[in-house]
Amino acid sequence: MNRKIKLLAFLLILLGVLVLVAAVAYGSNMQVLNPKGTIAHSQRNLLVFGAILSAVIVLPVFWMTFHIAWKYRAENKEARYTPDWDHSRIAETVWWTVPLMLIVVLSVVTWRSSHDLDPFKPLQSTAKPLTIQVVALQWKWLFIYPDQHVATVNFVPIPVGTPIDFQITSDAPMNSFWIPQLGGQIYAMSGMSTHLHLLASEVGDYRGSSANISGDGFAGMHFTAHAMSPADFDAWVADTKLLPTALSAADYAQLAEPSDNNPQTAYAATPPNLYDTIIAKYMTPGHILPTSAHHHGGDE
Amino acid sequence: MHLFLPTLVAHISPDHGLFIFGAELTIIGGGVILVALITYLKRWKWLWKEWLTSLDPKRIGVMYIVLALVMLLRGGFDALMMRAQQATSVGASHGILSSDQFQQVFTAHGTIMIFFVAMGLLFGLFNLVIPLLIGSRDVAFPFMNSTSFWLYAGGAALINLSLLVGHQFAATGWLAYPPLSELQYSPGVGVDYWIWSLQIAGVGSLLSGINFLVTIIKMRAPGMKLMQMPLFVWSAIGSIVLIIFAFPILTATLSMLALDRTLGMHFFTSAFGGNPMMYVNLIWAWGHPEVYILVLPAFGVFSEVVATFSSKRLFGYASMVWAIAGITFLSFVVWLHHFFTMGAGANVNAFFGVMTMVIAVPTGVKVFNWLFTMYRGRVRFTTPMLWFLGFVVTFTLGGVTGVLMAVPAIDFQVHNSLFLVAHFHTMIIGGAVFGFFAGLTYWFPKIFGFTLNERLGRAAFWCWFTGFLLAFVPLYVLGMMGATRRLDHYDASLGWRGLFVVAGIGVLVIGLGVCFQVLQLVVSIAQRHKHLDTSGDPWDGRTLEWSTTSPAPVYNFAVIPEVHGRDAFWETKRHKPELSAESTPHYTDIVVPKNTALGMYIAGAACLFGFAVIWHVWWLAAIGLLGVIVLLLVRLTTDATEYVIPAAEVARIEAAGRERRLA
Repeated sequence: MNRKIKLLAFLLILLGVLVLVAAVAYGSNMQVLNPKGTIAHSQRNLLVFGAILSAVIVLPVFWMTFHIAWKYRAENKEARYTPDWDHSRIAETVWWTVPLMLIVVLSVVTWRSSHDLDPFKPLQSTAKPLTIQVVALQWKWLFIYPDQHVATVNFVPIPVGTPIDFQITSDAPMNSFWIPQLGGQIYAMSGMSTHLHLLASEVGDYRGSSANISGDGFAGMHFTAHAMSPADFDAWVADTKLLPTALSAADYAQLAEPSDNNPQTAYAATPPNLYDTIIAKYMTPGHILPTSAHHHGGDE
Repeated sequence: MHLFLPTLVAHISPDHGLFIFGAELTIIGGGVILVALITYLKRWKWLWKEWLTSLDPKRIGVMYIVLALVMLLRGGFDALMMRAQQATSVGASHGILSSDQFQQVFTAHGTIMIFFVAMGLLFGLFNLVIPLLIGSRDVAFPFMNSTSFWLYAGGAALINLSLLVGHQFAATGWLAYPPLSELQYSPGVGVDYWIWSLQIAGVGSLLSGINFLVTIIKMRAPGMKLMQMPLFVWSAIGSIVLIIFAFPILTATLSMLALDRTLGMHFFTSAFGGNPMMYVNLIWAWGHPEVYILVLPAFGVFSEVVATFSSKRLFGYASMVWAIAGITFLSFVVWLHHFFTMGAGANVNAFFGVMTMVIAVPTGVKVFNWLFTMYRGRVRFTTPMLWFLGFVVTFTLGGVTGVLMAVPAIDFQVHNSLFLVAHFHTMIIGGAVFGFFAGLTYWFPKIFGFTLNERLGRAAFWCWFTGFLLAFVPLYVLGMMGATRRLDHYDASLGWRGLFVVAGIGVLVIGLGVCFQVLQLVVSIAQRHKHLDTSGDPWDGRTLEWSTTSPAPVYNFAVIPEVHGRDAFWETKRHKPELSAESTPHYTDIVVPKNTALGMYIAGAACLFGFAVIWHVWWLAAIGLLGVIVLLLVRLTTDATEYVIPAAEVARIEAAGRERRLA
């Protein structure tokens, strides 16, 4: 059969797959490529830069592969044939050094971006940062606002333009805390506190989830980050404080029991130092959360 | 004990879910049919004498590959179930599997594909061709080789046994991170099955690695210097060195997890001073080298295939060797890139990110050298070459996505997403598996004496290639949409379903490719008389294995060849055509190891030990362990382990081979 037809068939398959995928994906939200926060924005730019830099080297390789394979096909007796030619100092020097130089460029970018976008590094901003403590449970997310003394489950309101210092731990197997449109992602581990600094630049609802398998109800472990104006945020906090439901230590113990697809819930108050207590539990075995202390927020 | 007795009475019933029931029926039904068939054909003696107890590395290699392909079917069916679940479990519908079943299925899929498919194909290829490529009659330790195979088979048996006895496997993901894999969160026997099947197969891998390293170092044909070895052998050295350094880490890590679970220790528990982060570090200190253990030999296969089918010397041999050495070293200093998200800090993350990218340099060098091997050659587009060209496309794509993920700041946005899943499947299918298939097609005639049907081989390739793109390009896009891996359910509003359906179709197309491969094997066997490889050299080969008859006799070479440079056979054919013709060489007696079933028994005892520990039946564990020790002592005190093929017999076999060649 004609080889050219086969080559064409191959290119059509390649194209067909891409068109099919693009058609199916059309109109969907490519969250990682559609950032709504400063960190996610920088990460997206980095991704695009890396992809373009890689394309510079990859596309010629694709072309060379098929050009060389086709030109030197056995049937083409006109092409040169040098069965013993197996070494060229110049050529080999080129393909050791050119990729190496590209990698050096990318390494500099890597080094700088690793420091600039270090999740543990506080963000530069004129606005006062907001601390939110995140606890991964089986299988839901608890968000504690230590300065506002309120708490939520499976949703996390945040003010736009304000650096958020997420302090993250787990009272469950290891999870990973990820809000793709704001920037990702850091592990939630029991007995430890990790940090993720994010800043939402636009009002909106952004999906967050756990990215690391944590047992039965893992798939239901997603939440919504509500980015709202600072005024709306303050209003939300004030409203929440008026709710009749407070989170007592006993409530927490119950909440920490395994459960699937929990509804979004808000609590008007939290026990003091709940987050630290949860971490300390794994450092001092046998320690049990106090169940009697019923703390009302706002009077501390 | 109280746990053991009621559960051991395996009540095979649909109570455990339709799919587990189906799998149980398949295992039992398939086993019964196989036994009946062998009995009907009166093949038990043949099977026992020619295969199961054989110490011939070629036979052992074939057994590795047959078992790996059976496991490929199981792992592939797991993949199909996963995609079926994800295509149906949207919004109000919850699909065909419960979340616990789904999690067991993806854990089994990953575990089986890496440990029992990829590793099986790898050791299968090593066994088939390494002695032939270096002009040796055998491996250094034939009995240990058989034991390694049976330990691998024992691990595979144990993983399948989990379906029958206990009806559960780990639901933790294929690397079973604690604390999820600790007793606190996984109290059943699933994780224990996972631990002990890997532990037993892993010891086999380590023994095999040592065996082949010694074989290559000590048993090369006279005159073959290290820098004159076929490149596949160099790639095998890289892979083996990694096995020898990495597998003890796996064994130690699994042992510690087993101690936690079985004896209540606290290496990796969340409380009482345990540290799960240590486990994550250790498992990847094995896990990253493992990737290169699999892919380096694929590079080696392509180096042989491209040179042979371009009828040209491999370009940049020294570069290739240094690239392998570089990759081997670097693959030990990049493990942390599997968990940039654990919060190690900017300096540490950046260091491991840069080290990871540096690997792209030697890998790229290899690609360029292959391209320049074709340059000014005479390229024949046989099936192995198709696998190579497909590999260049997929592997480069995987390389690019790999370099992107090596930047920690980018990794934070794609880690544990389907983008990552797509990336490593690109590397393992588009890298290692394509390479193994190319190698199997290429060396098939040397082992069986006839070539495989080309037409069906091409059909299989195109299905695999198209199916691969359909199955994994959508996953890259899904990752960009924020889809994490291992989800058994998601909301309809996310718009992920269409892509999951496309990915599912891709798995079906790959399945069609597997059907073509099975068909290819059946048709090729049926038509073998038409495609007999009477010359011993069907591809106009370059290396020593093509200088002996096909199928290669049990002793590989009647007269050990002398080597004076690279591409030894090619040079012989070119410069001394009279040597390959009619002169009758001087034959001598050849010493060959006798058959033995002891390796099988040792692995059986090891399995018994593992099984007993899983179920906490201590007296049985003691018997298993004692069995291993006693059987080893029996072997060590056996003297007559070899027999002699007299020179006259060698002459007779060789004369028959020459006759075939002339006919």
